[in-house]
Amino acid sequence: MFPRSLGLSLLTVLFLVEGSQAFADDALPGLEGQSAALFDEGKLLATGGVSQVEGAGGGGLTPWALITGYGTRDGIGFNAHFTYIDLTDYQLVSPGISVGLFDRLELSYAWQAFDTESTGAALGLGQGFTFHQNIYGAKLRLIGDAVYDQDTWLPQIAVGLQHKENDQAAIIAAVGGRNSVGTDFYIAATKLFLAESLLTDVTLRETKANQFGILGFGGDKHDNYSAQVEASAAYLISRKFALGAEVRTKPSNLSVAHEGTAFDIFASYFLDKNLSGTLAYTDLGNIVIHNHQDGVYLSLQAGL
Amino acid sequence: MPSFQAGILNFRGGAMRGIVLAGILWTVALGQCAVANDTLYGDLGGSAGIQKIVDAEMVYHLKNPRIKTQFDDTNIERLKEQLVIFICQVAGGPCRYTGHDLHTVHKGMHLTVADFNSSVEDMQHAMDDLGIAYATQNRLLARLAPFERDIVTR
Repeated sequence: MFPRSLGLSLLTVLFLVEGSQAFADDALPGLEGQSAALFDEGKLLATGGVSQVEGAGGGGLTPWALITGYGTRDGIGFNAHFTYIDLTDYQLVSPGISVGLFDRLELSYAWQAFDTESTGAALGLGQGFTFHQNIYGAKLRLIGDAVYDQDTWLPQIAVGLQHKENDQAAIIAAVGGRNSVGTDFYIAATKLFLAESLLTDVTLRETKANQFGILGFGGDKHDNYSAQVEASAAYLISRKFALGAEVRTKPSNLSVAHEGTAFDIFASYFLDKNLSGTLAYTDLGNIVIHNHQDGVYLSLQAGL
Repeated sequence: MPSFQAGILNFRGGAMRGIVLAGILWTVALGQCAVANDTLYGDLGGSAGIQKIVDAEMVYHLKNPRIKTQFDDTNIERLKEQLVIFICQVAGGPCRYTGHDLHTVHKGMHLTVADFNSSVEDMQHAMDDLGIAYATQNRLLARLAPFERDIVTR
C-alpha cells in the first residue's frame, strides 16, 4: 500500500539531510559557503514548528503561519515526517514531506492511510478497510514575524490551501458524501509571546471536508464551505521542550453521523534542528459508528 | 430541542468555544506584555550578572565560525562595556546607553538572519552556563528581538 514514489522521496530527503551535514563537516571553504547559503538552518530551534496531521508546518492538528523547516529568508528548509495515530477503533498512518522556501512559501505533501480495523467489518466493508488520501499543501506568509516582532501586537499571518484526494469515492458516496476530492483554504495567525514563553495560533479554515477528508467532502446534510476555527497554545518549557493544547472545529455535513470538535494535548521535544518528536493525547470526537475516538498521536520529524 | 438542529448548534458551539479559547489566550498574553516588568534587571543578577553574561557570550562569539570574523578589527573590551550598558538599559536597569544606535553600528556588516540567530544561540548558551532560568532568558530575548530589524542588513 505504501507508494513507491513516496518511499523514494523519503530516501532522497534523508540523503539530503546526511549530504548537507557532510558538507558542513568537510572543509571545502568555497563549497561550505554555498551549502550554508542554501540550507542555512538559520532559524532558532523549534521556530519552524512541527508537521501537522495534513503535512503543513504547525502543531499537531493546526497549520500555523510559520514556514516549516529551519531556512531563513535567505535559505531553504526541508522536512520528512511520519505520523501515527492510534484511536480506540481506528488507526491513521501518515508519512509526508515539506519544503520551506526563503521563509516565505511552504509546499507539502502527505499521504494518509485511515484503517477502519474491525469497524470496516461491522459496516460490511471488510476487516481493515482503509481510506487513503493524498494531500498537497501550499502556504504563503503574508506579513509579520512571529519571533522578532516582540514590540507589536501584530502576529505572523499566512494563507494556505490543502488539496485532498481520497481513493474511496464509492464508499464516500454511499455514506452521503458529495465528493472524493476537496480543497481547504485557511488563514493562520501565529504569535510568539516570548517574554511569557508562550506560542499561540488561531487559524480559520474554509472547508467541506468530512473527518479531515477521510469521509470525503460535502454531504447530504450540508454541501457548502463553512468556516471552522482552530487554535493552539504551546508553553516553552525549555529550548528543546514544549507543552501545548489544540482545538479544531469541523463541519458536520453527513446525516449518518454527527461530527464534532477535535482536541489534543501535546509534548514536543526538539533534539536538535534535524530531529524532533511529538507525543500527544488526541480526542477526535465521534467518527461514524463510534463515539469518543481518542488515543495516542505520535509524530517524528527529520529535516533541516 | 428538535434533533435536526442539534448538529448545527453543536458545530456552532464548537466554533464559539474555539474563538473564546483563542481570545482568552490572546488577551492574557497581551495583558502580560503591557505590564512593564522591570524586575528583569534584578533577575539577571544586576550589573554584575549582566557583566558575566556578556563575558561568557563573547567567548562563544569569538569561537563561532559564522560570526567570529566580524570581530577581527574590534576592541573587544570596549565592545563588552557597551554591550553591558545596552543590556542593562534594555533590562530596565539604571544605565543609559549613549553609544551609536544599533542600525548605524551594524551598517555595512551584511549580517543575515542566520548570523543574528547564531549570536542569539551564543547568548542562550552563555545564560545556560550561568544557570539563568529559561523563562528569564526569554524575557531578555523578547526585549532584544525587535533589534533584529536594525542588525540584519542583508
